[in-house]
Amino acid sequence: MLQTVFTVAENRPLAEGIHLLRLAGDTSAITAPGQFVNLRLDGFFLRRPISVCDWEEGGLTLIYKVLGKGTAALTEYPAGRQIDVLTGLGNGYDTEKSGEFPLLVGGGVGIPPLYGLARRLTLQGKHPTAVLGFNTEKEIFLADRFAELDVPVILCTADGSRGVRGLVTDGMAQVCKYTYLYTCGPERMLRAVYAACPVSGQFSFEERMGCGFGACMGCTCKTVTGYKRICKDGPVLEKEEILW
Amino acid sequence: MVNTGVTLCGIPLDNPIIPASGTFGYGQEFAKLYDINLLGTFSFKGTTLHPRYGNPTPRIAESASGMLNSVGLQNPGVDKVISEELPALAKVFHKPVMANVSGFSVEEYAEVCRRFDACDQIGWLEVNISCPNVHDGGMAFGTDPHAAAAVTRAVRAVTKKPILLKLSPNVTDITEIARACEAEGADGVSLINTLMGMRFDLRSRRPILRNGTGGLSGPAVFPVALRMVWQVANAVSIPVVGMGGVSSADDVLEMMLAGASAVEIGASNLVNPYICRDIVAALPAAMERYGISSFESWIGGTKAWQET
Repeated sequence: MLQTVFTVAENRPLAEGIHLLRLAGDTSAITAPGQFVNLRLDGFFLRRPISVCDWEEGGLTLIYKVLGKGTAALTEYPAGRQIDVLTGLGNGYDTEKSGEFPLLVGGGVGIPPLYGLARRLTLQGKHPTAVLGFNTEKEIFLADRFAELDVPVILCTADGSRGVRGLVTDGMAQVCKYTYLYTCGPERMLRAVYAACPVSGQFSFEERMGCGFGACMGCTCKTVTGYKRICKDGPVLEKEEILW
Repeated sequence: MVNTGVTLCGIPLDNPIIPASGTFGYGQEFAKLYDINLLGTFSFKGTTLHPRYGNPTPRIAESASGMLNSVGLQNPGVDKVISEELPALAKVFHKPVMANVSGFSVEEYAEVCRRFDACDQIGWLEVNISCPNVHDGGMAFGTDPHAAAAVTRAVRAVTKKPILLKLSPNVTDITEIARACEAEGADGVSLINTLMGMRFDLRSRRPILRNGTGGLSGPAVFPVALRMVWQVANAVSIPVVGMGGVSSADDVLEMMLAGASAVEIGASNLVNPYICRDIVAALPAAMERYGISSFESWIGGTKAWQET
């Protein structure tokens, strides 16, 4: 973990209710896709934890959903504005476990960390496939960026306005074989993916957090291997340790 | 040169800054961030006889200038704290630590304190009779002077270490509870624990916290805490440790002026993990600003308005 100051480089709408935020600063504490940062916003006591979509030396990209007053206020942050950030939080995904043909399953704002993961997997010479789920066509984002990595994308929309009509599990049914699974999304989706997935995998969870770095025990969950703090021991859990 | 040292129940502290229980774990997370030996001491996570998971999540909610928590005393239990956490702590912290103890019966409080009494690393026992997030325990002992007295008496009988009773603000008259603890041999009191509160989600119409209610902390509670510290310091002759919404060196000085011999810092650790280090560093300059060379005459040294 590192406490540092990032400068807003870009902050714009990406899809309905979804915004993209590019920040310039020290990203050296980020070591794995699926980690998150915790932003301190003026006028709000607790920080806002947001998963890292992608990063390189000197900058990172976040994609966030406007859910409450804090994220609504964040949409007003102009380029040049500075933000106090705790960076490099959480464990992130382990790309070593992927095998040659990993499947990436994401729903809504759970998709961004899978993009950074997909890019690293392709750089390692692996061949990921992505199943991306949205409620409706207007909320679709990032799908084209996966395609630019030559990652095959199966789009699913709940209302059938684009791609497969249905849930990500309907999209998963179209993939005949995969070696490993990486997923992130709402808990109901994770449960369905868990039930539909015949292979091992890593699941990224979300929880209301106090600190984001393991001090307050605010986000603890029960697992097969004991109590785990989503912020510090997670947010990524092994499929085999999950207790629903 | 100013002297930041204070004495708490006979044990000297380099400075009055103490991270509060429940916001500092058993020290390990923060020891990776800075040298925690620069602190006066810290109060470790509330520990019970048996391991506890605590309440179901969500157990954190935000409010204006503060937060609610309903963690519910998650901890590995006293034996594991003694066998694993204290040896690990000895590697990174070389001062007496404050053990925070909780329980669900008078006997449990006494038993946990008895086991901690044998640990040389522990300087003080902070007995939490004010956790608002557990049923049939915690705060139930801190809202009734007879129950508070019974816990104090039972704990007093098993240890010679200084005991501080951690008091609840969720009472009509906190001085009544403080006096009951003093009468049974408490060496000090610490206050305030969190104020019981609630938030609802307007979309789901449910409480945000799965537990329903939680404890409010953060800068929002500072004036309430300050008032109670002032009341208690004027009602008892044992030391008072002040806490509640402290987030700056000036807040520390204000808390001490109200009568606190030392000051705990809680919720702010969760937002700025370096806040205690930064306050320790800022304290000498803040003291100079108000002409304080040492804390001896500053603690409880408020002046009254004069009639003209």
